[in-house]
Amino acid sequence: MAAGAKVDVVSRVLDQSESGIMTAVLRVPTVLRPALGGVATMQVEGATIGGVLSELSDAYPAVKGQLLNDDGTLHRFLNVYINDDDVRYLGGVNAPVANDDEITLLPAVAGGASG
Amino acid sequence: MTRYASVLDLIGNTPIVDVSALSPNPNVTILAKLEGRNPAGSVKDRVALSLVEAAEADGVLIPGKPDQVLIEPSSGNTGIALAMVCRLRGYHLKVVLPSNVSPERRQLLLAFGAEIIDSPGSEGSNGAVRMAQKLALEHQEWTFLYQYANPANPDAHYRTTGPEILRDVPEITHFIAGLGTSGTLMGVGRYLREMKPDVQIWAVEPPSGEMVDGLRSLEDGYIPPIFIENHGAEMLDRKVVVRARESIEWTRRMTELGLFVGISSGAIMAGAVKCAKLIPEDETATIVTIVCDDGWKYLSTGAWSDDIDDVVERAKKIIYF
Repeated sequence: MAAGAKVDVVSRVLDQSESGIMTAVLRVPTVLRPALGGVATMQVEGATIGGVLSELSDAYPAVKGQLLNDDGTLHRFLNVYINDDDVRYLGGVNAPVANDDEITLLPAVAGGASG
Repeated sequence: MTRYASVLDLIGNTPIVDVSALSPNPNVTILAKLEGRNPAGSVKDRVALSLVEAAEADGVLIPGKPDQVLIEPSSGNTGIALAMVCRLRGYHLKVVLPSNVSPERRQLLLAFGAEIIDSPGSEGSNGAVRMAQKLALEHQEWTFLYQYANPANPDAHYRTTGPEILRDVPEITHFIAGLGTSGTLMGVGRYLREMKPDVQIWAVEPPSGEMVDGLRSLEDGYIPPIFIENHGAEMLDRKVVVRARESIEWTRRMTELGLFVGISSGAIMAGAVKCAKLIPEDETATIVTIVCDDGWKYLSTGAWSDDIDDVVERAKKIIYF
């Protein structure tokens, strides 16, 4: 079911890209791959990060609640980067997505060696 | 030459060196604070001493009393620094260490007399934190200083690192450090916010979330309590992630200036370079970054000598950051 949904999203994104609508590349962390069709990268669309994640949640029910909270804010243990910049400092879910942006999802994990 | 009564007196007051030769923007000065000059070799010496002194001040630890045991999760540097401090104070330290850290870190812990408890490498530092929490609950007679939640961690930087930076670089416009436990950023950040509110505070996130494959779900995630308690989200102006390849590239570039630094310091330098690129042509800036440790503990990774593709691939198996 998830794999079928992925194809739908990608084909729709490609169609819209041909008509001038922006697309971005999403990098998927290992922990979320089973819920997102097993892929490491995929093309997504949306004017904002919130829009991209909301669309993903609709297309992949298994990931619902893992990207966005019910109130539309980012899941606390999910870090989202646009071109390596954390979106929490770029307007949060309202951070704009531009054509060819690279969006990276990373789980928040404990660090330590650097500070 | 100054004489010191104890190695612990050598902690802090680290030098700052100009690394602007690597700046991509001629209007931007980049200065690196060399924390590898601390006696146990990293920025964590400050934290370890602060954690132990706070516990002693609270009466949790009593110098000279026999059979006092501490437990701490660490991916290396805090463990090594605590091991050194505990050796001098006569405490027995158990370090919960992911099994896939570089062998040098393991050997340094043993050299300072610490006991190592292995946690699953695939779970990274998250796994070490979980295991230490569980063991501390089971052995309430042990002292659990818990660097991720102990205010003595950021306090060390509020009291020492921050004032040293402002003393040596009063013209600072940006401070950039690694996120880790967030202790450096929260402590220095709070100090700079109070003394020079316009300074930008940037965090560099190593790509740990990309390397750790042992998470079962996002609910296994972790945010250090000190980041939350110090309102880290509001403290920071910007946070950037730096990938393994870029970290290694910049770790290598630092040697052009005679600086043999650890891999997370290469990541932080990469973050400083990103920042410098964003400064407009008609503005100047002075960035201060942290070199958290030197490269000695990472020699076995081949980071400087092997093919970079192999080194990047190895980063998935060995904890570099």
